[in-house]
Amino acid sequence: MSEILLRVKDLKTSFFTNSGEVKAVNGVSFDLEKGKVLGIVGESGSGKSVTAYSIMRILTDPGKIVGGSVMFEGTELTSLSKKKMREVRGKKISIIFQDPMTSLNPVYTIGNQIEEAIKLHTERNKKEIKARAIEMLTLVGVNEPARRVKQYPYELSGGMRQRVMIAMALACEPDILIADEPTTALDVTIQAQILELMQELQKKMGMAIIMITHDLGVIADMCDEIIVMYGGRVCERGNAEDIFYDPRHEYTKGLLHSIPSAVKSKDRLLSIAGTPIDMLNLPTGCPFFSRCGKAMKICLNEPPEEIRVSETHLASCWVNIKDMIDAEKAEEVK
Amino acid sequence: MSEVLVEVKHLKQYFSVKTGLFRNTPLKAVDDVSFIINKGETLGLVGESGCGKTTVGRSMLNLYTPTGGEVFFKGEKVDSNSIKHLCREMQMVFQDPYSSLNPRMTVADIIGEPLDIHHMCATKDERKKRITEIMELVGLNSEHARRYAHEFSGGQRQRIGIARAIALNPSFIVCDESVSALDVSIQAQIINMFKDLQAKLGLSYLFIAHDIHVVNYMSNRVAVMYLGKIIEMGDTEDISDRPTHPYTISLLSAIPVADPKESKKRRRIVLEGDVPSPLKVPSGCSFRTRCQFATKKCAEELPLLENRGNNHFVACWNK
Repeated sequence: MSEILLRVKDLKTSFFTNSGEVKAVNGVSFDLEKGKVLGIVGESGSGKSVTAYSIMRILTDPGKIVGGSVMFEGTELTSLSKKKMREVRGKKISIIFQDPMTSLNPVYTIGNQIEEAIKLHTERNKKEIKARAIEMLTLVGVNEPARRVKQYPYELSGGMRQRVMIAMALACEPDILIADEPTTALDVTIQAQILELMQELQKKMGMAIIMITHDLGVIADMCDEIIVMYGGRVCERGNAEDIFYDPRHEYTKGLLHSIPSAVKSKDRLLSIAGTPIDMLNLPTGCPFFSRCGKAMKICLNEPPEEIRVSETHLASCWVNIKDMIDAEKAEEVK
Repeated sequence: MSEVLVEVKHLKQYFSVKTGLFRNTPLKAVDDVSFIINKGETLGLVGESGCGKTTVGRSMLNLYTPTGGEVFFKGEKVDSNSIKHLCREMQMVFQDPYSSLNPRMTVADIIGEPLDIHHMCATKDERKKRITEIMELVGLNSEHARRYAHEFSGGQRQRIGIARAIALNPSFIVCDESVSALDVSIQAQIINMFKDLQAKLGLSYLFIAHDIHVVNYMSNRVAVMYLGKIIEMGDTEDISDRPTHPYTISLLSAIPVADPKESKKRRRIVLEGDVPSPLKVPSGCSFRTRCQFATKKCAEELPLLENRGNNHFVACWNK
């Protein structure tokens, strides 16, 4: 049994807006093992980024963690003091964001920004810090690193900036790297470069990665374990083969059928009917109820429990245990 | 022989960019692009950001005045004069369903505006009937005609944009990244709808996107652009199964496939470096700075599109 690095249990995060409580993350649980890549996939608004921000405790007002726990190496992160949390952030768990254009500070040189993290978390003198920054830039494949440290973000291209972000995040050799849509803003050929780089660095440094994306292709390419999210809940989790070859949640099935790359022929795409749910008015039962083709009466009122399909595979869908539900509740509705 | 609907001949679109106090440098967004679109056909246009694919679409509809070259629609030259009546036949669906709809107009007004401009409806009742008809065609609830754009989700807004484009019963639509901003499940709905509308109304599309899988799925023929030029063009099967230009090959291999076993087997060809600035396009073949097969000849002479059989055109010196 490999070592569990991070254990998220029943995490709940809400945004208290003027028009009511938005339950962005509504009971998410998962384990992250050392050196593994975990993928979180879902549509916009499914709560995948908020899950990451909750782990890092970088939620902005009016967002609050309202329940659950995040255990990292025996420490509960949700109740950690701000000061202690700062020691975790950047040193133990790092994050890179989607948009490399806006997440770097435009008025500091990139050298400055990489050095900041090293200065904060390690006891090194100025010379060593500078050397480390240059070393990091070399590691992420930025050419002429000694010259680049003196440049400002606007002088670099999108792909280069994302490399700098990765260098910043990995400067203190964290145990976990959270990558929040790291390649969404980039062109495909640049995306290929960044994915390649992340895989290479993971092999070299052995950190665990939480990869957040809406692109099933990126997930298939990178991840060992996968979580599928919809409406703030986990629909299904399992390893890559479970999810791609034996999906057990209707949403996962629909998602896999919707991508043109998966269908070789020119047959009609099997799209998921309906529109994304309104997070302000979440249904009491399964959030996917209104768009599901196999919805039953029970789905409307009772949120599905996680059902173990195999040792590695869990799915939150009543359809899987239809035989075990009362006939009356199992009646299909449309 | 199928009927030619749109013909683009040596289209050039240069923009002048200020590079100094008194210095302007021409940015060749589109440089000598030619293609035809047959009736009822979809031509896919694929490429990375900044390669000029959107500019091609816009220049075709005379939203920009082309620097050079000509566009013909059913044999008639498209210019600032003729577009006034040709725009009944040529329409566009934009990328961003949020910024391309006027937030102060109701759905009925957005769809009705082209009808008003072209005096398509004599009476108010007729106008209302037509709007209802169009809304139902694109899968919108016609009871929502008096709502504003912000009351709809992204996918529904894109439907409004499409409704506006088909209001005049056009025969040709430029779809400029029309599904890129949508979530996968919604994207599939819209793609299906484009196909349904094509079957029902006999439309032809220029389908512009950066996702080569979406383009392959939608199109009969595909053109690949790089830095303002078409570098490969042919039937979809030829492009997806027998890509010839090194750029097309790497583009296809760079896109991750949603199949873990398949993706472990595949060898990703990672291109080095970034796309050069369009202000400083390399001499000769513009792709040579990132091409692993580049030779001296590539730097000196510009490769032209040549037919390699079955109307599969490739612009590359390597054979």
